[in-house]
Amino acid sequence: MSFNDNPQLDPRALKATSVKAEDPAAPSEEPPSLKITSASADPKMFTLPWEQPLSTWPKDILVNLPRGISRHIVRFVRVGDEVYAMKEITRNVAEREYELLRQLQKLNLPTVQPIAVVTGRHDENGEPLEAILVTKHLRFSLPYRALFARTLRPDTAERLIDALAVLMVRLHLAGFYWGDVSLSNVLFLKDADAFSAFLVDAETGDLQVELTQGQREYDIDLARTNIIGELMDLSSGELLQPDVDEIEVGNRLVDRYHSLWSALTDTDKFNPSEMWKIEKRVNRLNELGFDVDELEVTTTEDGKRVLVRPRVVDAGYANRKLLRLTGLDVQENQARRLLNDLDAYRASTWRDGEDLEVVATDWMREVFEPTVRMIPPEYRSQIDPAQFFHEVLDHRWYMAEKAGHDVPMADAVQSYVAEILPKQMMDAKTVDDLNAEADSGVIDDEATYDDAPAHPDDDDDYNPEFDQDAAVWSH
Amino acid sequence: MAEVIFDHVTRIYPGNDKPSVDDLNLDIKDGEFLVLVGPSGCGKSTTLRMLAGLEEVNKGRILIGGKDVTTMQPKDRDIAMVFQNYALYPHMTVADNMGFALKIAGTPKEEIRKRVEKAAEILDLTEFLDRKPKALSGGQRQRVAMGRAIVREPKVFLMDEPLSNLDAKLRVQTRTQIAALQRQLGVTTLYVTHDQTEALTMGDRIAVIKLGILQQVGAPTELYDRPANVFVAGFIGSPSMNINTHPVVNGKAQIGADTMELPKEALDKLTPEDNNEIIVGFRPEDASLAGPDDTNAFSLKVVNVEDLGSDGYIYGNIVTDDSVAAEQVSMMSDQNKLTTIRVNPRVLPKVGDVVKIKVNPAKMHLFAPSTELRIN
Repeated sequence: MSFNDNPQLDPRALKATSVKAEDPAAPSEEPPSLKITSASADPKMFTLPWEQPLSTWPKDILVNLPRGISRHIVRFVRVGDEVYAMKEITRNVAEREYELLRQLQKLNLPTVQPIAVVTGRHDENGEPLEAILVTKHLRFSLPYRALFARTLRPDTAERLIDALAVLMVRLHLAGFYWGDVSLSNVLFLKDADAFSAFLVDAETGDLQVELTQGQREYDIDLARTNIIGELMDLSSGELLQPDVDEIEVGNRLVDRYHSLWSALTDTDKFNPSEMWKIEKRVNRLNELGFDVDELEVTTTEDGKRVLVRPRVVDAGYANRKLLRLTGLDVQENQARRLLNDLDAYRASTWRDGEDLEVVATDWMREVFEPTVRMIPPEYRSQIDPAQFFHEVLDHRWYMAEKAGHDVPMADAVQSYVAEILPKQMMDAKTVDDLNAEADSGVIDDEATYDDAPAHPDDDDDYNPEFDQDAAVWSH
Repeated sequence: MAEVIFDHVTRIYPGNDKPSVDDLNLDIKDGEFLVLVGPSGCGKSTTLRMLAGLEEVNKGRILIGGKDVTTMQPKDRDIAMVFQNYALYPHMTVADNMGFALKIAGTPKEEIRKRVEKAAEILDLTEFLDRKPKALSGGQRQRVAMGRAIVREPKVFLMDEPLSNLDAKLRVQTRTQIAALQRQLGVTTLYVTHDQTEALTMGDRIAVIKLGILQQVGAPTELYDRPANVFVAGFIGSPSMNINTHPVVNGKAQIGADTMELPKEALDKLTPEDNNEIIVGFRPEDASLAGPDDTNAFSLKVVNVEDLGSDGYIYGNIVTDDSVAAEQVSMMSDQNKLTTIRVNPRVLPKVGDVVKIKVNPAKMHLFAPSTELRIN
């Protein structure tokens, strides 16, 4: 569905792409031959087996990464040095989603990066195939189900919800109505002790100048229902800690969303003698990870009250600070952790009077880089360097507490790599199991579900031959 | 069970001068399947979203089951946006997949089981209730998703182009399923589509909307047989109606050298603003080949013919003056502005022939050019 085109949309979004999803009432002809509209210039894109249904693509070009639940066929494919996620959907939906993702990217919102729309596909017999939307696989990210497939901290569900609430607020502030919020439609990146959430599925979304309260409330209510459903599913599969109350976690999303929304948009009222409260408000937003780009300060007519309201806020306060100092582009909480370590380094080397930029360069060379260089090659595709650094710092703290004295960084790294890291990695069988589960929700690809009854769990009397789907609707 | 009423409802988007929906008055009867159809940007989705509570109403009121919901939050309206993207949960049984939303709402267990079993019966999923989605076919999985909406037993179902993200094969199949399901459930339904075929095949009644203004509401046959204006005439029906403007001379439509008789009651309704012209519409099946001496017929130069076995179609240009007029006015026709006639495929003329066509006078649709409203 498409909301009214409005000329007041952010110009960055208006100029995001040449792809315009067509009016479904007046679609142009399907391209007669393969057409790839791509944001990447890699010629290897043209050599992929587009003439085959995605579910039958050869294994040697696929990458075995965990996928989320989807109604459509999704596969990860290696193209040159990159891994791309491919989703087989109708042309109109593919073009619309590509266009929306491009717009959201231009607005610096956390979404997967759209790479291409592939239309005009035909099989060897000339029969048309559905379009494919190509996005870049978000490195080190995981779908929520993969996070629960490993033993994790008991508060994992809550930390995911907090990340989703931040994502929703950021999208809503930018005028994006999602229409299908769920854990399944998000990818998570570890972000120090928390998570960062990225939007992966924008099929039902729409970008507008401003959302109505009804749209926001609908997204929140749908998110709550879907999250509870997803957690109940994990619980049925005995993947959730038994003491987690699914409904309570779902309600947490609603509370978190509202408190964040209110921190970012409410108007503060105070006396002119309390101007320090402006600084307090800005500091509070910085703590939440937001920069205040514009603050509106007005006074009441009698001049007795001051009204303060943030007008433009940007996420990524610590991220930008670290990026400016070190060139490292990491998640918000990781950035905060790294900045703290940088501060500690500055204090421990008695350089408080020196420019932070200079100290940061030395910290990079002497602390950060030597640490992350110690990640064994076999783990480099699975753990983000900044997260590794954060976890080593945590590990060192525990080691020091146990030993009763400071532990050198190199010792902490060695111990972490030997004892902790292997437990965090996912083996191929776990990934296969997750992907088989994910495929059991696909509704539009015969190749997926025709295979299913060959490995029935407890459904041994099921025979697809006797599935009289066609006759169901005749009565 | 609930009737839905749009009472003088207007929606103007911020920054726009013109309303996207303008003074809409529409009743959807209890249990009725109403299809709202129109071209892109006509306001049909805005109408649905106002009922859902996603868009604000600037003027007027919306009532569900007699209750004013105009300013109510979406979740309090007891409506269901149906199976747009429902996910299936792999570890849950079919019964749990269908019923978990009721569990969240605190519905007692026995009540959940009762409603799930009822929905499963309608969807023919009874024997699969204790299975997991993995053991289901694609069609069954789709029906489990439908079940999730059904068990809520909402007052109103809302469907916004629900078939648009399905491939062509699934689309036709699902169209039939939705219509059959709604009839069995008897839940008041507002269905939005741009596709007039979907509208004709699914709705109890159809509401046609254009540029935010309701054009006509009626049963599919009413809209097909007696379109209220030129827009509805051209929009409903495939292949679409032939619609042309002709001068009126001596009480007849002048078509080149030929004339076609017009009923007096229609001519009486023409006004000076119509400049002695009339819009004549007829459906391809309401005209036929005439003899060369037939006086009440016009000439058509054949450009293309199609033999479909059961039917034949002639596509041509109406001959005006001595030549084929290139500037022939043809509104809202999707056949490349060619006039389309359905004929017996055994007597198809050849391309390049000039044939005489007569129109069944009882099936003629006449409109005043100044207002584009029906006058017969």
